[in-house]
Amino acid sequence: MTDYNFAYLDEQTKRMIRRAILKGIAVPGYQVPFASREMPMPYGWGTGGVQVSASVLTADDTFKVIDQGADDTTNAVSIRRFFQRTADVAVTEATEDATVIQTRHRIPETPLTEDQILVYQVPIPEPLRFLEPSEIETRKMHSLEEYGLMHVKLYEDISRHGAIATSYAYPVRVEDRYVMDPSPIPKFDNPKLESPAIQLFGAGREQRIYALPPYTKVVSLDFDDYPFEASKADAACGLCGAVDSYLDELIVDDEGSRMFLCSDTDYCAKRRALGHVGVEAAE
Amino acid sequence: MTPLLQAAGVSKFYGQRIGCADVSFDLWPGEVMGIVGESGSGKSTLLNCLAGHQSPDAGAVRFDTRDRGLIDTVTMSEPERRMLSRTDWAFVHQHARDGLRMTVSAGGNVGERLMGVGARHYGDIRARAIDWLDRVEIAADRIDDRPSAFSGGMQQRLQIARNLVTGPRLILMDEPTGGLDVSVQARLLDLMRGLVREMDLSAIIVTHDLAVVRLLADRLMVMKDGHVVETGLTDQVLDDPQHAYTQLLVASVLQV
Repeated sequence: MTDYNFAYLDEQTKRMIRRAILKGIAVPGYQVPFASREMPMPYGWGTGGVQVSASVLTADDTFKVIDQGADDTTNAVSIRRFFQRTADVAVTEATEDATVIQTRHRIPETPLTEDQILVYQVPIPEPLRFLEPSEIETRKMHSLEEYGLMHVKLYEDISRHGAIATSYAYPVRVEDRYVMDPSPIPKFDNPKLESPAIQLFGAGREQRIYALPPYTKVVSLDFDDYPFEASKADAACGLCGAVDSYLDELIVDDEGSRMFLCSDTDYCAKRRALGHVGVEAAE
Repeated sequence: MTPLLQAAGVSKFYGQRIGCADVSFDLWPGEVMGIVGESGSGKSTLLNCLAGHQSPDAGAVRFDTRDRGLIDTVTMSEPERRMLSRTDWAFVHQHARDGLRMTVSAGGNVGERLMGVGARHYGDIRARAIDWLDRVEIAADRIDDRPSAFSGGMQQRLQIARNLVTGPRLILMDEPTGGLDVSVQARLLDLMRGLVREMDLSAIIVTHDLAVVRLLADRLMVMKDGHVVETGLTDQVLDDPQHAYTQLLVASVLQV
């Protein structure tokens, strides 16, 4: 496809987005406003992530897209094909082979390296949004480091459910400064936010970009007597038997029988190729 | 002795209109001052200027901070002012809805200021919330209810608990009994009188209800059209009003 500029966006737009990314990396966790463009997909389908990916992709990159851990869902397939056509980049499903990974709601199980960039799709970048509806006020709270309200949310969780019930989009404090929404990843993935890879967050509709440079300190908020816990379903993957990966629950018949399987399809397939077999796969 | 709060020539204008003009007074530790006047007399504008919600066009509002003594709150940095308003100041709004988070439980409302100054132990926060609900006569088993499930009087008492939990030294109240029926008003006043004495609070109460100031305030300031027209001890001003407007105000009270 030669009718489009490399990776769809024009060079001026990519420069503008790169400037926002650089600022985001310079101030980890700070939400940088940027002039989000119309993309050939609806808001909520990853327009922010796509714009960030388009700005960081080079012709030599190998691109991987995951949607809730899976490489083969509609969203992942269409975004992968989009960049195949508009940027003609190599694509892969193997985490370790990719140089740029766009993700929706998961961090891959395979540890990332310094040579990789992880791009998140973010629906609502403002962690304080549901507590304080005014953007003017939340910006002031960020600039003055007034984060008591974030703990009010966690307090409410404990008083209502007996434990911190927030299980995804779990708020984190970056380098002891900004409170950040890690996008709706399960809190199981929160410890992986301290990573050797560059992590970029793009929110298209909300027009915000933020970033975590490699090895940035990221602490999940909690109470002294209710510490943060990276939880997952207490089971093993039915296909590969993994007990250390994040699991999806699947209803398999009309009787309500269920099985658990890895949400990261690449990780699961690799383990099966190595000969690991789960309970359901063995039957 | 230094005054806790010192207003010096505080003026606020809304374009051509006067909000309040050239208001000066000293508030001493442990003192309760009432500001009365009809609506539009500038008493709420003055209170908002004192609380830092509005910045006055002229004059200074000096507060006796714990570490640096008397500091002008108008020119101090915003983080410092907001820190003061979370710790040493309390502000009770006329409408509890303005002062409470209606979607957060009573315990969360009381705990917010504690968490805002760094409390990170759930058990401690909850224990202090229960203690404060008890002190404002709200049953401990209502701690997980939202304020929207509370009566008007309970909401107002919850607002007071939420404000006093960090042990402030100055409490500013804007018509705290407005919109409450008389028996509920009486209990609220009783409660506030107890808390002010017990915690050695200094307070400024803005109201148009002379009975409230008679009960609570040591000293009275009467405002009319943005200007202070009369000041003095409460009983003295109410029993022997000097200014024509004060005489009118006192004479206008309905006798039951």
